[in-house]
Amino acid sequence: MPFREFTETIAGCNTRFMRGGSGQPLLFLHGANGAAAWLPFMEALSERYDVIVPEHPGFGASDMPDWLDNIGDLAFFYLDVIDHFGLSDVNLVGQSIGGWVAMELAVRNDTSLASLILNAPRGIRIPGLRKPDIFLWSPEETVRNLFHDQSFAEHVLAQPIDDEQQMVILKNRLTTAKLAWQPRLYNPDLEKWLHRISTPTLVLWGEQDKVIQLEYGPVLASLIPGAISETLPDCGHLPQVEKADDYVARVSRFIEEVAR
Amino acid sequence: MKFYFMHLMPYADLDLDYDKDYNSAWITLPNSYYDPKKGHVLYNRYLDELEYADQLGFDGVCVNEHHQNAYGLMPIPAVTAGALSRRTKNVKIAVLGRALPLLNNPLVVAEEFTMLDNITGGRLIAGFVRGIGAEYHAWGVNPAESHGRFHEAHDLITRAWTETGPFHFEGKYYDFEYVNTWPRPYQQPRPPIWIPSQGSSETIDWAAEPSRKYTYLQTFTPVSMLAKYMQMYKEVAEGYGYEATEDQLGWSVPVYVAETDEIARREAKPHIENFLNKFLRMPKEMLLPPGYLSLKSMMGVMKAKSAIGGQQTIDTVMEKGMFICGSPATVREKLEQYQKEIGFGHLLTLLQFGTLPAELTRKNMEIYAKEVIPYLRESTGATVAAGA
Repeated sequence: MPFREFTETIAGCNTRFMRGGSGQPLLFLHGANGAAAWLPFMEALSERYDVIVPEHPGFGASDMPDWLDNIGDLAFFYLDVIDHFGLSDVNLVGQSIGGWVAMELAVRNDTSLASLILNAPRGIRIPGLRKPDIFLWSPEETVRNLFHDQSFAEHVLAQPIDDEQQMVILKNRLTTAKLAWQPRLYNPDLEKWLHRISTPTLVLWGEQDKVIQLEYGPVLASLIPGAISETLPDCGHLPQVEKADDYVARVSRFIEEVAR
Repeated sequence: MKFYFMHLMPYADLDLDYDKDYNSAWITLPNSYYDPKKGHVLYNRYLDELEYADQLGFDGVCVNEHHQNAYGLMPIPAVTAGALSRRTKNVKIAVLGRALPLLNNPLVVAEEFTMLDNITGGRLIAGFVRGIGAEYHAWGVNPAESHGRFHEAHDLITRAWTETGPFHFEGKYYDFEYVNTWPRPYQQPRPPIWIPSQGSSETIDWAAEPSRKYTYLQTFTPVSMLAKYMQMYKEVAEGYGYEATEDQLGWSVPVYVAETDEIARREAKPHIENFLNKFLRMPKEMLLPPGYLSLKSMMGVMKAKSAIGGQQTIDTVMEKGMFICGSPATVREKLEQYQKEIGFGHLLTLLQFGTLPAELTRKNMEIYAKEVIPYLRESTGATVAAGA
């Protein structure tokens, strides 16, 4: 399916979108590394759904708005996005920090959501479970730690990085710090209100995730009423890239089951 | 020109083989490497050295702030300055830290600085910094808020010193119902303010602005960069319609002076190289967390590819003028030439660095104080006050 690339001004922020396919809306919220390209999993999902992929305010080609201070600001922003496009029955899919934004959105107002799919989301703390410090990783360590199958990392590391891409990497990293440096990658208030999520929820985790430990999955699923937890074998932090077919199948199956 | 003795108070007893297991002397190096019994001896030795500078006739002593590292044992500089405030009689005491963005309540700095200023009868010089990037790892403060918090904390502290309290402070990061600092500064309207920096056009523009005219202090950079930034300050001042004085420009540099060039180089070599390669060692991600520099500046750093922590030798830093080392004649000649060319009015010399032991530190201080300072006082002539 062809996809469109466009900029919309929402909450005063020029925001870059990619959008393709038709069917129920599927809003994909990216993680710390942004969403510069239309990836194969987006293409596959667009065969069944109206796939909408924004770059968060402060990331990639989107503006850095003055109002962006914390993760809650992004949650309210995406409620504005849903209103702006007049969306309903949204399948909200969030990866890592995007998953955190999705939960923050859902505890505020989940009336427009059909399903919530969280892929290794940030957002809560498990006392005593030490998270790796992503801000001390070198660029190469970061890429290597994203994947279980290192051939994916080798492929990424072999690509030259031009100035424009380097600037995007730095910008994404800056905004990630802005949102999540302290407290580190969680909101102490979120856990208290996760019980308010009434949207059917799937929690996905790569079994060899080196960025956010697998142990978070079942704890998170236990905090969201009725949430289902699934893991993907031989897979790191980015199942949508590393196990794209399996990921697309699980996401689609969950959305179909919820719709029934 | 005014002469200052600066001390970083390194943990000189560090096991220098630490780098076989750890990639930095900061943040992640376990504090089991620190032996309190040795630390006790070092602290008292370093305080003795700072007090000795007073007796040797320096114009000031400078203490610093860094956290969670072996590079410098002065996380709370007010303790060092407090100890010095009663034991020294004549020197200015420059606290070059306080890293303002690290504080939940910057009024702590307003208070500790005015206490020091009152106890010493106006010998305090107030240094305001953002801290180096590693501080944001050590302290958990968000580096993306570093600039914003610095400026707001600065406004709060200077208003606390110069406005009659109580007043209400309304900021983005700090909001206080009652700002009413006791004691008020001894120096009126406020102590001189110095802004140490490794070189930043934004910082220079801010420091030189006519309502501030703060002393800009260039720390540990090649002499060509020193010249560039000092010139930049002068041009910015001209742009504001005034002429910058020497009093607004300072340079901080390690110096070692001995009987001859050869002796100086031989005695200093292992200790300056330990300073560079062991104590300053850290990966780029630790030094430059996201947001600490502007995106534009970060792009420049990424392009330069060079990271701090690459192996340096005494010769590389001497060539760049980042380390002044030699006989009294050599050191006099270099400092005189740089001062005449560049026109700084405050010279902060680091006369102990890395593992330099007590006896060599004393010898360095004595030769510098007796054979370099008097000559330069004479030759550089211009008298300057202690800052803006």
